[in-house]
Amino acid sequence: MSVQAWSIIGAVLAVCFGAIGPALAEGRAITAAMEAIARQPEAGGTISRTLFVGLAMIEAIAIYCLVIALVLLFANPFVH
Amino acid sequence: MAAEVFAVIGAALASAHVAVLEAPVSSPFAEPPIFAFGPAPVTGSTATSFAITAALGLASFLLTRRLSVAPGRTQAALELIVSTIDGEIRDVTGRDPGPYTPLVGTLFLFLVVANSVEIVPLVHSPTARLETTMALALVVFFSVHVYGVRANGLHGYVKHFVQPSPLLAPIHVLSELTRTFALMMRLLGNIMSHGLVLATVVSIAGLLVPVPIMAFGLFVGLVQAYIFAMLATVYIGAAVETQRARPREVAR
Repeated sequence: MSVQAWSIIGAVLAVCFGAIGPALAEGRAITAAMEAIARQPEAGGTISRTLFVGLAMIEAIAIYCLVIALVLLFANPFVH
Repeated sequence: MAAEVFAVIGAALASAHVAVLEAPVSSPFAEPPIFAFGPAPVTGSTATSFAITAALGLASFLLTRRLSVAPGRTQAALELIVSTIDGEIRDVTGRDPGPYTPLVGTLFLFLVVANSVEIVPLVHSPTARLETTMALALVVFFSVHVYGVRANGLHGYVKHFVQPSPLLAPIHVLSELTRTFALMMRLLGNIMSHGLVLATVVSIAGLLVPVPIMAFGLFVGLVQAYIFAMLATVYIGAAVETQRARPREVAR
């Protein structure tokens, strides 16, 4: 197969498997935050702000996978 | 009546996107310049961000020209925005938000507009391009150090890189660089991937189907603007607080 075909397969795999881990992690983080807010509603502001920042950190990993996929598709260093 | 108006607006928006997306999905990393400003080529996203900057600046100038002690409607709305941003910064850094509000508030307001401008037909978000997010991340990168040096002095600020041990200095430096890179990529990835999803849905499903996705894009843009401004505040707060073990409590 050509480099292009392998790049497309690689991009698909990167997004597929790169999305699984962050999805599970974000689910866990949101679960924990909801439990904490249910238990202590007065701390909701601090918890949700921390949650947002933490979600951004987790999400960055999925975004890296997306960027790798896009580099493979649009800016592949091995295709001229 | 309202449903018809909504349908017409949705159809207009979607068909504008279809018109733009007739061509195959273009590379998100390269954009041809539309004109050259002297030796510097100007791309469409740069022109859009210039226009947003000019519009926001003009609006701020016009709206704050006649401030009074007893605020009218517009002034009350503006004060609400500014005091909310102030409050968020105070909660995160535990300090007087005065020096930080201009930077963080400008970043937030610019990003809200820049992320949402995709909803206007034929206009694309400048934050879906690498150059805009890189510029914003570099602004945050440099201003973190400026605020750190201003608060702790050059010696005090540089000292925190070798604490608790000089062995950790490379890791400190590395984390400064990677978090700037992450800031850039997070914003770029979110906004650009939303544009790509929209392009895919439009090419598959035609007119009205993309409208809910565009509405979701407004929400994503707002959240990403909040996160970008919040992370900038967290970084600045960390740089400013290097001398103290715990943030000082500020009287409300």
